[in-house]
Amino acid sequence: MDKTVNNKAWFLVLPVLVIVAFSAVIPLMTVVNYAFNDTFGNNEFFWAGFEWFEDTVNSSRMHDALGRQILFSAIILAIEVPLGIFIALNMPKKGFWASFCLVFMALPLLIPFNVVGTIWQIFGRVDIGLLGRALAAIGIDYNYTNDALDAWVTIITMDVWHWTSLVALLAYAGLQSIPQAYYQAARIDQASRWAVFRYIELPKMKGVLLIAILLRFMDSFMIYTEPFVVTGGGPGNSTTFLSIDLVKMAVGQFDLGPAAAFSLMYFLVILLVSWVFYTVMTNLDRENAP
Amino acid sequence: MARITLKNLAHSYLPAPKSEDDFALKEMDHVWDDGGAYALLGSSGCGKTTLLNIISGLLRPSQGRVLFGDRDVTDSPTAERNIAQVFQFPVVYDTMTVRDNLAFPLRNRGMDAAYIAERVQDIARMIGMEDRLDRKAKGLTADAKQKISLGRGMVRQDVNAILFDEPLTVIDPHMKWELRTQLKSLHRQFGHTMIYVTHDQTEALTFADKVVVMYDGRVVQMGTPEELFERPAHTFVGYFIGSPGMNLFPARIEGDRAILDGGEVALGARYAAQGRTQIGIRPEHAVLTSGPGLPVAIRRVEDVGRHRLVRAETAGLPLNIVVPEGMPLGPELTHVSFAPGKISVYADDWRVEGAA
Repeated sequence: MDKTVNNKAWFLVLPVLVIVAFSAVIPLMTVVNYAFNDTFGNNEFFWAGFEWFEDTVNSSRMHDALGRQILFSAIILAIEVPLGIFIALNMPKKGFWASFCLVFMALPLLIPFNVVGTIWQIFGRVDIGLLGRALAAIGIDYNYTNDALDAWVTIITMDVWHWTSLVALLAYAGLQSIPQAYYQAARIDQASRWAVFRYIELPKMKGVLLIAILLRFMDSFMIYTEPFVVTGGGPGNSTTFLSIDLVKMAVGQFDLGPAAAFSLMYFLVILLVSWVFYTVMTNLDRENAP
Repeated sequence: MARITLKNLAHSYLPAPKSEDDFALKEMDHVWDDGGAYALLGSSGCGKTTLLNIISGLLRPSQGRVLFGDRDVTDSPTAERNIAQVFQFPVVYDTMTVRDNLAFPLRNRGMDAAYIAERVQDIARMIGMEDRLDRKAKGLTADAKQKISLGRGMVRQDVNAILFDEPLTVIDPHMKWELRTQLKSLHRQFGHTMIYVTHDQTEALTFADKVVVMYDGRVVQMGTPEELFERPAHTFVGYFIGSPGMNLFPARIEGDRAILDGGEVALGARYAAQGRTQIGIRPEHAVLTSGPGLPVAIRRVEDVGRHRLVRAETAGLPLNIVVPEGMPLGPELTHVSFAPGKISVYADDWRVEGAA
C-alpha cells in the first residue's frame, strides 16, 4: 500500500509547540539553569555541576520531608480508597437519591484548595473553631498548632474529607457499568456478598480504581496549599511536606540552587512513579488478552 | 427436579396497575411438566424474559403463585429455588480461570473437591474446552465465554430446571446448531426441565418438545411444533410460525363456507364464528390452479432451492403460495384453491373449531 508522505503536516503542530515552550519548557529550563549554577544576583552565574544535587540527596532535612511525604500519601491512600469503594457500594443506584448523592459528594471537590485549608484551619481552632471547642468540651486535649499528632490527624482528616468523593465517584461509575445479568448470575450461582465484590465488582472497577489511585497519589505527593494554610508546616517541621519545604527553601531562604536541583528531582520522582503506574496498568490489561 | 406450576400468575412493572394494559404479563395458569424441554417463543417485548425471571426468582410476580412440585416458591429467593439460568450475553467471572468459573456454583454450595473436579472435567468435555481449563476467562471470544456460561448452568446435577434466556444470540450460526444439538442430547441424558427463551422459531422448534408461544403478555398457545404448524390457536401463531407465515383473509363465515371479497371458499366443516372473522391458510396448503378457486394475480416468484415461493395477490390482499420444485408455472394458473381440511377459522384472532 502506498502512503502519501507529506511532512508539511508538522507545521500544524508548530503553534502548540510554541505555546508549550513558553508555558512549560522555557520556565523549566531556567530551573535547570539554577540547578547547575550558583548565582549572587546581577545575572552572574558560576558553574556548580552536580553540587546542589549532591547536597540535596545527602540532606537529612530532605530525607525527613520525603519520609513525611511518603507516609502522608500512604495513609491517605489507605483510607480514601477503601472508604471511597465502601461509599460507592452503598450509594443508591438510581432515582432522586442517586442524583442527590452525586451532587452532595461532588461538593468538596469544587471548593478551592486554600478555602478548604481555611475551613479546616478555623474549624479546628481551640479558641473559636467548632471542632476544636467541641473536642475541648468533651475533655479531649486537641491542639493542632502545638501537637504534631493532632496536626497530622487534622491534615489527614481534611484530605479525606476533600478527596474521598473523587474515589467514590470514580468507583461508582465503575459499578454502574456492570450489567444486571452479572448480579443475577451471581445470585443463581449462590455467590456470597464477598464473592460478588471480589469476582464481579472489584474486577470491573479495576480500571477506574487504578486511575483514582494514580490521581490521588500524584495530588497527595504534591500537596501544598491545604497544609500550608492549616499548619504552615508545623508544629516544628512535623507537617513540612516536600513542596512546603521546597517553597521555604526557594522563597524563604532564597537558596535557589538547591531548590532548583530539588524541584527537578521532585518532578522526576513523580514522573517516574506515574510512568511505572501507567506501565503496570497497561500490562495488566494486556496480560490475559488473546 | 420438579414440575413447575404457575397459578393465576400476572406481573406488572408498575406499582399500581389499573387496566390490563399495564400488565407486562397477563393472568395465566400453566403447568410445565417435570423433565420437559420447553421453548418460550415470541417477538421482543412480549413478556418472555419477564416470565423466565419470575420462574427463576429474579422477579416477584405482582399476583399469583409459582409452585415447584408441591412447594410454593413465590417468595423464595433465587438461591433457594435451585435453578440454573443462562443469560443472553455471556456472564463469566473474568479474573477466574475457566476451571474456577465452572466450579464456582459447586464451591459456593460447599460440594467436596473430588466431586467438583470430576464434574468440571465432564462439563469441560461437553463444551469442548478441556484444553483451556487453566486459562483466564478474560480475553476469550464471545462464543467461548457463552459456552462457559452454559457449562456453569449445567454443572449442578440436582437443579430443578435450567432456564436459557436467548443464550445463542452471540454465537456463530454453525456453532449455534452444534450447541443446540448438545443441549438437546443433554436433555435426553439427564432429563432436566429446560426452558429456552428465543425469538427464533427454528431454534424453538428444533430444541423443544413443547413450544410456548407468547404474544402481548399472554401465552397464546402451548403445543408440539406440529400442533403449532397445523392448528395455530391464534392468528399470531399462524403468522409467527412458518416461513413465510400463514395467509390471513378477513371473511364472513356462513356454515361450511367462507365468503371472501374475491369469492367463496369451502371449509370442509361447519363453523359458528362471531365477531371479526378471518380464515387462515398455510402457504404450503394453497395450490395454484387454472380454475376453479379464487382469482389470483402472481406478482413475484422466489426460488428458495427446495421449493419456489409465489408472492401473489387476491382481491387486493397479499397471498404467499409454496410451489413444489418441478411444477411448471404458466399464465394459465389464474386461480388458487385451498385444501379444505387445512383452513383455520379465527374469530377475534382466536381459533374456532369446526363441527363436522
